[in-house]
Amino acid sequence: MRVGLDIGSTTIKCAVIDDNDKIVYSSYDRHYSHIIEKGKELLQKINSEILHGEKAILAISGSAGMGLSDSCGVPFVQEVYAERVAASRKSPDTDVIIELGGEDAKILFLTNGVEVRMNGSCAGGTGAFIDQMATLLKMSADEMDKEACKAEKTYTIASRCGVFAKSDVQPLINQGAKAGDIAASIYQAVVNQTIAGLAQGRPIKGNILYLGGPLTFSKCLKDSFDKTLHVHGTCPENSLLYVAMGAAYYADKAFDFTKVVEALEQYNAHADFASLPPLFKNREEYWAFKNRHAKASVPRIPFDQEVGPVHIGIDSGSTTIKIAVIDNASNLLFTDYRSNDGQPLPLVIDTLLKLFEQHPNMQVASLTATGYGEELMKNALHCDFGLVETVAHFTAAKYFKPDVDFIIDIGGQDMKCFKIEDGAISDIFLNEACSSGCGSFLQTFAQALGYKVEDFAKLALFADKPVDLGSRCTVFMNSSVKQAQKDGASIECISAGLAISVVKNALYKVIRASSVEQLGRNIVVQGGTFYNEAVLRAFEKEMGVNVIRPDIAGLMGAYGAALYGKAHTKPGILSNMLTKEELQAFTCKTQSIQCQGCGNHCQLTINTFSDGTRYISGNRCEKPVTGKASDDSLNLYAYKLQLLESYRNKNTDGSRGTVGIPLVLNMYELLPFWHTFFTTLGYKVIISPLSSRALYQQGQGTIPSDTACYPAKLSHGHVHWLSQQNVDCIFYPCMSYNMDEHKGDNHYNCPIVAYYPETLKDNMTELENTKFYNPFIDISNRKIFKKKFPKYMKDVFQYNDKKMIEEAIDKAYLEYEKHMEAIRVKAQEMIARARKENKHIIVLAGRPYHVDPEVNHGIDKLIVKQNACVITEDSIAHLVQPFSTNVLNQWTYHARLYAAAKYCTMQPDMDLVQLVSFGCGLDAITTDETREILQEGNKLYTQLKIDEITNLGAVNIRIRSLFAALKEREEEK
Amino acid sequence: MEYLTPNFTKEMLKDYTILFPNMAPVQFACIEKGMRSEGIHCEVLQNAGSEVAQLGLKYVHNDTCYPALLVIGQFLDALNSGKYDLHHTALLISQSGGGCRASNYIKLLRKALVKAGYGYIPVASINPTGLEASSSLPLTVKLVRKLIACAYYGDEISALRNQIIPYEVHPGDTEAWVNKWVSTIGEWMEKDKEYSIHSIKKNFQKIANDASGIEIKRVPKIKVGIVGEIFVKFSPLGNNDLQAFLEKEGCEVNMPGLMGYINYCCANFHLDTKLYDMNKTFGIAAGQLLNILDSIGQSCTKAMQEAGFHGEGSFKKLMKKPEGILSLGVKMGEGWLLCAEMIELIDEGFSNIVCAQPFGCLPNHIAGKGVTNKIRERYPQANITAVDYDPSSTKVNQENRIKLMLAVAKEKLQTETSM
Repeated sequence: MRVGLDIGSTTIKCAVIDDNDKIVYSSYDRHYSHIIEKGKELLQKINSEILHGEKAILAISGSAGMGLSDSCGVPFVQEVYAERVAASRKSPDTDVIIELGGEDAKILFLTNGVEVRMNGSCAGGTGAFIDQMATLLKMSADEMDKEACKAEKTYTIASRCGVFAKSDVQPLINQGAKAGDIAASIYQAVVNQTIAGLAQGRPIKGNILYLGGPLTFSKCLKDSFDKTLHVHGTCPENSLLYVAMGAAYYADKAFDFTKVVEALEQYNAHADFASLPPLFKNREEYWAFKNRHAKASVPRIPFDQEVGPVHIGIDSGSTTIKIAVIDNASNLLFTDYRSNDGQPLPLVIDTLLKLFEQHPNMQVASLTATGYGEELMKNALHCDFGLVETVAHFTAAKYFKPDVDFIIDIGGQDMKCFKIEDGAISDIFLNEACSSGCGSFLQTFAQALGYKVEDFAKLALFADKPVDLGSRCTVFMNSSVKQAQKDGASIECISAGLAISVVKNALYKVIRASSVEQLGRNIVVQGGTFYNEAVLRAFEKEMGVNVIRPDIAGLMGAYGAALYGKAHTKPGILSNMLTKEELQAFTCKTQSIQCQGCGNHCQLTINTFSDGTRYISGNRCEKPVTGKASDDSLNLYAYKLQLLESYRNKNTDGSRGTVGIPLVLNMYELLPFWHTFFTTLGYKVIISPLSSRALYQQGQGTIPSDTACYPAKLSHGHVHWLSQQNVDCIFYPCMSYNMDEHKGDNHYNCPIVAYYPETLKDNMTELENTKFYNPFIDISNRKIFKKKFPKYMKDVFQYNDKKMIEEAIDKAYLEYEKHMEAIRVKAQEMIARARKENKHIIVLAGRPYHVDPEVNHGIDKLIVKQNACVITEDSIAHLVQPFSTNVLNQWTYHARLYAAAKYCTMQPDMDLVQLVSFGCGLDAITTDETREILQEGNKLYTQLKIDEITNLGAVNIRIRSLFAALKEREEEK
Repeated sequence: MEYLTPNFTKEMLKDYTILFPNMAPVQFACIEKGMRSEGIHCEVLQNAGSEVAQLGLKYVHNDTCYPALLVIGQFLDALNSGKYDLHHTALLISQSGGGCRASNYIKLLRKALVKAGYGYIPVASINPTGLEASSSLPLTVKLVRKLIACAYYGDEISALRNQIIPYEVHPGDTEAWVNKWVSTIGEWMEKDKEYSIHSIKKNFQKIANDASGIEIKRVPKIKVGIVGEIFVKFSPLGNNDLQAFLEKEGCEVNMPGLMGYINYCCANFHLDTKLYDMNKTFGIAAGQLLNILDSIGQSCTKAMQEAGFHGEGSFKKLMKKPEGILSLGVKMGEGWLLCAEMIELIDEGFSNIVCAQPFGCLPNHIAGKGVTNKIRERYPQANITAVDYDPSSTKVNQENRIKLMLAVAKEKLQTETSM
C-alpha cells in the first residue's frame, strides 16, 4: 500500500493506493488549522481501517505538511512536484496544469521545457481569497458559483490581494450591484491574477488540466479560465487528490503508522515561538482595568415622552449602520448598531419607523448622515446635514473629552487618527488598503478559526505567551498565524498576538509614532474594534499610557453626527426629513451602468426613489448629473494632458521612417523632447494611446514582477500596442540620470523609471519582430549629449548628418523647456484666478506619469469637484530656493515634491496632497519627509495611495476630511 | 525638525567603539580584525532575534526595504543592550551613493536614533562618492589596503568552506579550519604584514593548499547558487539563515564573493565615464583600480583551481556575461552584477539558483525577476527561484518555494548520476 498525505493551507487530503494502482481510500477535509490533531486522526483511521497495523509506504506533501514531516521523520515532497508526478501517471498528455489551492496558485508547464511557477507571497487570487469574498457576499462557495453562472456583466476588481479586492467589492455591494455579477467578477479577477502573476509571458495552450478545490467546485471559475485562455480545459477525476497521489507515488519508505502517530504526539508537546509578555499579569490587574474604563460613559436618559425635540445621527459605514438619538441637552436616548447586510437603506428606514411607532410624539429637530453611505442617506431620507465621517468622529470625541490631544478610531475597515492642537485638527492619519489591520481583520481570523469574534477576543485576555506576529497585512498574517500554530501556539496566544498586531499596525504603520510623546497625554480611542478589551489593553501597554474609551466607542460617528446636527439647528426648527408616512411608502430602485462621458468610464449606480428623485453615485465629475462636460479651467492635470495630446497632431510624413514612443513613466515629461527630436529629423512619431484597463490587460501576461508599480506594469500594454502599429522601431531610452534642476544632492531617476525598458525588452515576446531601441543616455548635460548621441543615431538609425542631429537636439531641449514653462505659466494663471474666486488651491503632487488618467483614476477631477483648484508639483517647485532635507535628496522628481511642499508652507491658501503608487519603494522615504516639511510649516499632510484600482470612496473621504479640517482650523482662528 | 546627530571626527577614533552591522560572517570577521589592527576599536554586531526587526519596524517607515529595517533595528538593539558606553560609541554604515533607496540608510538611521533618544550617537559613513564628507570614517591608504586584503582573504576562506563542508568526513573539520585561518589573518594584520598585493597572491595558494588537506568524500550533491540584494544574500539575519537551510537539505552552496560587489562599484564609475563622459579622471582611476582588483581576484581563482577547487572567473569576463540580456548601464542596487552572477553560476554548473531580495526591492524588479525569463530561454537548465524577504513573510513560505526548486534539482541530479 502507498499512502500520500497532502496538508495544504486550509485542507488535509489523503490517498491510499493499493498495488494495482487503485485508490482504495481517500479523504478531503478542512483542517481549521488543527494540523497536528487532524493529521494524527487521519493516520490512525487509515491504520485501523485499511492497513490493520501493516506497514505502508508514506510521504507527506503540502505547505503545512512541511513542518509536520520534519517532526515525525516522514519524507516530505514539495506539492507542485508531487502534482507533476501524479499528472504524468494519470493524465500523461497534459501540457499545462493550473492549480488553485487555499493560499497558493500554481501553473506547471509540462511540455517544451518543464517549468513550475508558484505565486509570490503578496498575491491573492486563491481559495482563501474566494472564501473571503463569499463571506462578504454572505454566501456559501456553492451559492456564489450558482449566482455567478447567472451573471450578466462583470466589474473590474483588484485581485492583487484580498484586502484590495475587499475595498472594491464592498462599494459594489453598497451601491446595490447584483450579487451574481459581483461573484462572476471575483472569479474573473482570480483568472486575471493567475495569468498576470504566473504566466509571465509564456503562453498557456494545449491540454489544460484544472486541479485543486476552487477549480473543482466552481464551474463558473473554470469557464472563466476557459474563456480567457481560449481553451477547453478538463478537471479530471480525483482533481483534489493529485498532490496526495503524487506523494504516494513518490514515497519510497515504509512506516509503521502507530510510530508516526507517536512521533506526532511528542511533537505536540512543546511550544516554540517568539512571544510577547501577557496582556494582564493577573485577574486583579484585569479588574482594575475594567473598572477604570467603566467610568468613561456618555450621559444617558430614558427615552420617554418628555424629552422634547430630538436630533438623530446616522453613521452608514461600509459594513454596519449606527444610529444615535440625543435630546437637546446632548443626552443619549437611543442607540442602534447593526450589520448593514449590504442593504443599508431599508434597515435605517425600518429603525426610524420603529422609533416613530414607539414614540408617537417624537419631534425630530435634525437628521444628520455620515459615513460611506452619507450621500445615499442624505438624498433618500432628505437629511438636514451630511458630514464627512472624520469630522463626525472628531466632534464626538471632542465633546466627550474637550482637552483631547489625540483620537484613534478603528472601525471595521478603516482607521482614522487625528492629532488635535489648540482645539483644531493638526494632523490626520488614515489607513491604506494594504495595511488594514482593522476590525474585519480580527473578524476574518476569528471566523477562520471557528470562533465568534467576541469569544475570540475574550480568549486573548489571559494568554500566557501572546504570539509575536509583527504588524503586516492580512495576507502575510495568514501565514504567520499558520506558522505559530505549527509551532504549538494556543488559540489564546494567537488571539492576543493578533490584537497586539492591530495596535502595532495602527501605531507604527498608520500613525508612524514611536513614543507616546508624539501623541499627547489625552488619548481617546473609539470605533467598534476598541470594544475588544485585548486590543484596548494592547494599545495601553504598547504606548505605556492609559487611554479613554467611551462606552459607546462603536457609535461615536453617529453620536458625532447627532451632535453636529444639534449644534447647527436653531431652537424651534424641525427637520426636513421624510415624514413617517413617506418613510412607510418609501421605495428605491437601483440600477448600475457605466458612464460613457469620458475615458474614466465611471461605474455609476443610479438610485431612483419613490418620489421620483434620483441619486447618482460612483461619478468622479458632475457630467452624468448635470450633463455638462467637467470644467477643467482650474485643473492643471487636464492642461498637462492636453499639452501632451497636442503632439499627436504634430507630425511629418515620415520620409525617414516611423518611430513608436510609448507614453509611459518619464515619457509623460519627455515626450515633447523626443517627439521634436525625431520629427525634426523627418521621422513620423507614433505615440501609444492614453492608458486604459484594456490596454493594460493586453500586456499583463508579460509582467515578470507582480509587485512593481502600476505605472511600470502599464508600459507592457503600451509597447504591445506599438508593436502592432507597423512602426520601424520603438524608441524608449534608459536613463539613470534625469534632468538636473539643481535642487538636491543628485539627479537620479528611480530604478524603475531608469531601467524599465530593459525589462520590456527581455520579457515581451512581441518585440522579436519589432526593433526596440533603448540606449543608455544622459540628457542632463546637453554638451555631452550632443557629442555622444549623433554617433548612436549614425550606428543605429543610419542617420549620418551630424549637424542636423545637433540641430534637432537643440530644438528638443528648447521644446522641453517650452513645455515645462507652459506648465509653470498656466499654474500662475490658475492660482491667480483661484484666488480671485476665493477657491482653495491643492497641489496634487506626484510624478509626471500621474497625469495618466488610468494611473490617477480621475482624482484630479474629484478634487476640482470640491470647488478647488488643482495644480502640480512641477509647476511650483522652481519657486523655492534649494534647502536641506532630512533625507538624501537624490531623485529629480522627488526633489520637486519636497520643493512643492516647502512652497505650500509659504502660501496660506495652498495645501499638498501626495499621490503614492502602490509598490513605489522610494515613497517609503519621500512620504515621511514630505509630511515633516508640511508639518513644520503648520500644514496638513494628505496621502493618497493608488494602484490598479482605487477605492474612490476612501479617496473622497480623505479629501473631504482635508477640507473639513481646513475649515475647522479657519473657524478656530 | 532636523535629525542631526554629531559628526564623526578623527578624534573619536581614540576612545570610541565603532559598531557596524554584520553582513557576510567570514569576510566581516576578517575585516573587523583588519580595522582593529589599525587602532580602530570596532565591533561587528552579532545580535539577532525578533527584537531586531521589531525595533526596525518601530523606528523606520515599514515600507522601507528590509535590510534598512534590520540594520537600524540591529543598531538600536545593540545600543539598548547595555553592553556599550553610550557616550563613547559610534555607528558605521556604508553608502553606495547609487540611485537606489539604500543610499538613504544613513539618513534613516539618524532619524531613528533621534526618535529613540540616541541623538548624541555619531554616525560615520563609508562611501566611494564623497557623500557625508564631514562625517566619514577617516581612511588611510594602509587601512584601505588592509581592508581589501581582509575581504579577499575572507572571500577565499568562505568559498573554500562552502566547497568542503558538504563533503567533509569528520563533521566540524571545516569550521575549525575556517576559525584557524580567520585568526591567522588577524595575527598577520596585527603584525602589519601579508596585506601587500604580492603577499595576498602568495597566501591564496597557502590557504587553498591547506584546505585541500581536509578529508572529504565526494558524493553527488545538489549544487545551489545564491545571488541577490547584497545584504539579504549574505546576512543570515536577513535571509533566515538560507545557507544553513540549504546545507541541511544536502546541497553544496556557492555564494559569489563580497569583492564582486566592490569590483562592480568600481566598474560602474568606469562605465559612467564610458557611457556618459562623466568625471573622466575618476573613471580612469576606477578602471585602473579595477585592473588591480581583478588581478588579485584571478590569482585567488588560480590558487583555488590548482588546489583542486573551483573558483570564480575573472571579473572582466564576468562583465561580458550579461550581454544580450542586461546592459551594463543598469547600475542601481546590484544591477547587472546580479544577472552576471546568475549566468556565471550556471556556467559553473550551479544551475539551481536562489535569487534573494527584500520584498519590493526596486532594482530587483529589473535585474533579478526581470531577467530570469531571458536567462531560462538561453540556459534551459537554469532552475531559478526568486525569494522575497521581509519582516513578516514566513519561513514556511520561503522554504516551500526553495524546496520546489530543490525537488526539480534533485530529479535532474538523479538522471545525471544514473547516466
